[in-house]
Amino acid sequence: MLRDLAFELVPETFTCLIGPSGCGKTTTLRILLGLDRDFSGRIELPAPGLRLAAVFQEPRLLPWRTVEQNVRLALPAEGTQAAGAPDLDRLFATLGLQDSRRLYPDELSLGLARRVALARAFAVMPDILLLDEPFVSLDEHTADRLRALLLELWRQRATTVLMVTHNIREAVRLADRLLMMNGRPARIVGDVAVPLPRAARCGETLRCFLQDLNREHPETVLA
Amino acid sequence: MEGPTRTPLRLLSILGFLALWTLAAWFAASPEVPGPLAVLDVVLREAASGELFYHLAVTLARVAAAFLIAMFIGTAVGVAMGQRHNLNRVLDPWIILLLNIPALVVIVLCYIWIGLTEVAAIAAVAINKIPNVVVTLREGARALDPKLAEMAQVFRFSRGRLLRHVVLPQLLPFIAAAGRSGLALIWKIVLVVELLGRSNGVGFQIHLYFQLFDVAAILGYALAFVCVMLFIEFLVVQPLEAHLNRWRPRAASSAA
Repeated sequence: MLRDLAFELVPETFTCLIGPSGCGKTTTLRILLGLDRDFSGRIELPAPGLRLAAVFQEPRLLPWRTVEQNVRLALPAEGTQAAGAPDLDRLFATLGLQDSRRLYPDELSLGLARRVALARAFAVMPDILLLDEPFVSLDEHTADRLRALLLELWRQRATTVLMVTHNIREAVRLADRLLMMNGRPARIVGDVAVPLPRAARCGETLRCFLQDLNREHPETVLA
Repeated sequence: MEGPTRTPLRLLSILGFLALWTLAAWFAASPEVPGPLAVLDVVLREAASGELFYHLAVTLARVAAAFLIAMFIGTAVGVAMGQRHNLNRVLDPWIILLLNIPALVVIVLCYIWIGLTEVAAIAAVAINKIPNVVVTLREGARALDPKLAEMAQVFRFSRGRLLRHVVLPQLLPFIAAAGRSGLALIWKIVLVVELLGRSNGVGFQIHLYFQLFDVAAILGYALAFVCVMLFIEFLVVQPLEAHLNRWRPRAASSAA
């Protein structure tokens, strides 16, 4: 499915992995997360014991635990109260979850459940955060608000982010750098920096950038 | 769902049953078909002498011991078989064999091999129940959601945390189902065990009154124990189930 797939992530940057459906983006994430071990290759981390966190396509919350318990259970057993423990109050406030802490996941809308998944991922203070289409099947308005929240949290925490998506507009608006993935077996076919400041990624500027991208990587972007 | 009409309907049904029973006893007009009042009379007499409570307690203790042993072993084996394909292949024929051995054969063999002891009695009952628990919990282990297991792996859940917060909640409906049917099955087998090789308990009393042809006493003991089991159902099992299902907005109310 994948062959000669190689890329490097720059610390504390936001990278998007783009490609058509079924080309192996999720598989790449699963390999990085250690969920898929049926591969040959190497993953090099700059230091051993780096903390990884993930946001899956589905929120994957424990339905029998409250929102707050779901987040707390992801934290390491010791140090929940110790110094250096994440400030959950602030995290919940940032994500607008302060009134939902005692609710069970079945009582949440999909948008709220995805916020909880984000809260859980950021609560563990990850060095590397992997996201697999975290805003898929949300209405555009909700997705936009969650994207803004993701950027805000990423800036606060200085985490290295790799996000998988097939939504090119989403990728261009969020990322510092785009990795294009395509082919059968798939590999990285393009590595594009997004030079625009995030505030300028709208209107005409965004349209021009997308057009250039379309010209250079039609088979990946248009798919 | 039926709302307020449900309780009166239930009460009417019970009263109807008692009326039919009284009528049947009146027609039969024989000590072999005692009416409800005659049975109640026996229950009160046995209760006053303390006999009733002694035998109920002895039987209940045996039910509890056999139940706990069967649930514990059955759950462990069932979950292991549900998760390990090879183990399932090895043990599956044994389970089918055990499922199909008549309870009576197990009881008799236990008494012969272990002796007429309490250990033999409880072992016999547990062995009868274990394969049912195994089969139910094997289904439960197969239904475990791999997505939640992956989530737990990514967030580095400890073994204890994984078991308590991820695996066990998913198995609870299966444990509850095995427990429900188990309790009903076990107390019936316990009576047989008591009848064959114990000198106390409800089964022994029924055996005794069978020899005396005292049908009122037989029915009295049986009904008294049914009442005990109903109390357990309403005072322990249902509140416990409601508590464990509190996160599920619907199941708690529809299970009642």
